[in-house]
Amino acid sequence: MELESYSGLLTYIGKSIIKIITLLIAVSILSFILVSASPVDPVRAYIGEVGMANMSTDSLAKLEAYFGLNTPPAERYWNWFSDFIRGDMGASLLYRQPVANVIQVKFMNSMVLMTTAWIFSGLLGFVLGIVAGFYRGRWIDKLIKGYSLLVASTPTFWLALVLLMIFSVWLQLLPIGLSVPIGVNAAEVSILDSLRHLILPALTLSVIGIANITLHTREKMIDIMGEDYILFAKARGKSRLAIIRHHGLRNIMLPAITLQFASISEIFGGSVLVEQVFSYPGLGKAAVAAGLGGDAPLLLGIAVISAALVFSGNFIANLLYGIIDPRIRRGSVYE
Amino acid sequence: MADKHILQIKNLSVAFTQYEQGLRQMELNVIQNLHVSVREGELVAVVGSSGSGKSLLAHAILGILPYNCQAEGNIWFEDELLSSERIAALRGRKIELVPQSVTYLDPLEKVGRQVRRERNQESVRKKQEALFDFYKLPLSTGELYPFELSGGMARRVLLTTAMMENPRLLIADEPTPGLHLEAAKKALRHFRTFADQGNGVLLITHDLELALEVADRIAVFYAGTTVEEAPVADFQSVDTLRHPYTKALWRALPQHGFHPFPGNQPYAKDMPQGCPFGPRCPQLTPECEGPIPEQTIRFGTVRCIHAE
Repeated sequence: MELESYSGLLTYIGKSIIKIITLLIAVSILSFILVSASPVDPVRAYIGEVGMANMSTDSLAKLEAYFGLNTPPAERYWNWFSDFIRGDMGASLLYRQPVANVIQVKFMNSMVLMTTAWIFSGLLGFVLGIVAGFYRGRWIDKLIKGYSLLVASTPTFWLALVLLMIFSVWLQLLPIGLSVPIGVNAAEVSILDSLRHLILPALTLSVIGIANITLHTREKMIDIMGEDYILFAKARGKSRLAIIRHHGLRNIMLPAITLQFASISEIFGGSVLVEQVFSYPGLGKAAVAAGLGGDAPLLLGIAVISAALVFSGNFIANLLYGIIDPRIRRGSVYE
Repeated sequence: MADKHILQIKNLSVAFTQYEQGLRQMELNVIQNLHVSVREGELVAVVGSSGSGKSLLAHAILGILPYNCQAEGNIWFEDELLSSERIAALRGRKIELVPQSVTYLDPLEKVGRQVRRERNQESVRKKQEALFDFYKLPLSTGELYPFELSGGMARRVLLTTAMMENPRLLIADEPTPGLHLEAAKKALRHFRTFADQGNGVLLITHDLELALEVADRIAVFYAGTTVEEAPVADFQSVDTLRHPYTKALWRALPQHGFHPFPGNQPYAKDMPQGCPFGPRCPQLTPECEGPIPEQTIRFGTVRCIHAE
């Protein structure tokens, strides 16, 4: 039995590795096709209209050759791919740095932002969803549900602009953008400064994320409250608190984990918009810049990294399922 | 047989509040004017066809109806008129529900812990182990999850959940679904024993044949009310039965010829005037559309103006 479930787990992990490899290849090919088909001319985007006018045809041709625009697309992709497996992600055309370095810096910025939002929206959404689901139809449920529906239908960038207007423009409490104060030496930036710059983007992302998690958790909680075992727990005279603690939480844990890890992709998507509005120098903003600038190596790098991130989220969720759910753990049915 | 009542229900009505066609609110009476009682040492079966609202009866007694559902009427437990607070204090202690299937157990919690109600004191643990022993469940059963139980084990585990607190009244809601008569009789033996010790059992079932095997008295449930309450002995012959519906049920039993009875139970929304059984009744007269009082005939009660 022990050995069986162990081998089941190994098979599952093996399958997942094959899946992620094929997924990443597909993602990189698709991104490459999109960026190649894009009407944006990387050279023009790189040196600008004025630069184009002032440059000789000769220099332009050199630049094009340097950017590799004359090689056929399939060959270009293959060059990128064979380098990528060797660990070389190429050089960003826009940042004039190795893609790995750019992504590392941007990734760290985004990570702080996204992790904060992820934890906040996860915890708050979880609690609010449970309360609303448990007290379904009461005023507190209506309040929570109303709020969530309102926020869920609010565009992320709009909310970001509103918060920016209120807190930065009118009240002037928080900075209007970027991740550090303008005109200050990098060495002199304090943690407090960084935190102040983090508040608004993180708040926007969290507020948007909460709504989604709340609504899903609420639905799941309502399902659970309709289950026979909750009715039976009531019939056995258990208090509300005991029912939530012993049966509600236990059973909502599984969907909550899936939800929490699935929300990584949503937070990632939201961060692109939020970083744009707040000029926050993270991965999302870099992705937009890479797309608009025709920076294929950077865009491909970001696409692959983010796909890997989202995939690992779901993968971790599935592994946790196996640990938490006895039906999977003892029955050893990974998928 | 002692005459002391453990449970007495008078004029119980249960209504759902529903919204029909948008915002028009309407009351749907699922149970009306139901009477039933259980005395010390008695096993009383409430027999009715599926969809007649029998489960709601159990939920109403325990005060665990859904939020859009109201109950009215009087319930006495050991001669004490119950308020909703009092019911809340008694359920799970003196009054226990024995549910019908393993889905009433939390799928993610070990069985033993559920039987102990998440308590871990030595005394509680001892009691649980003693009960498992009594019902011939291996002690290791406590470490299993509900999905790992066999059907028979699950039924015994459900019984132990009820026995943990020394109840006086068991309400068993279809405790033997899908079992053939012999197996079901065996499963019900425990209820019989429990009643014989001076306690009460209210068995809610659709299976008249099974009820006849174990019960002392039978309350026949039709379209949300009890049309007849009779000692089991009356079911020896169709002539000692009082209500036409009970007689029809009797004739439908295999040993009495398997005569099917045409028609369906009316849906709560389109209940006929007066007697709910009227439209299907061979003895229907215009008076049947008026009020139908309950009358006592030969140690049983019946709701039929033609009964004798």
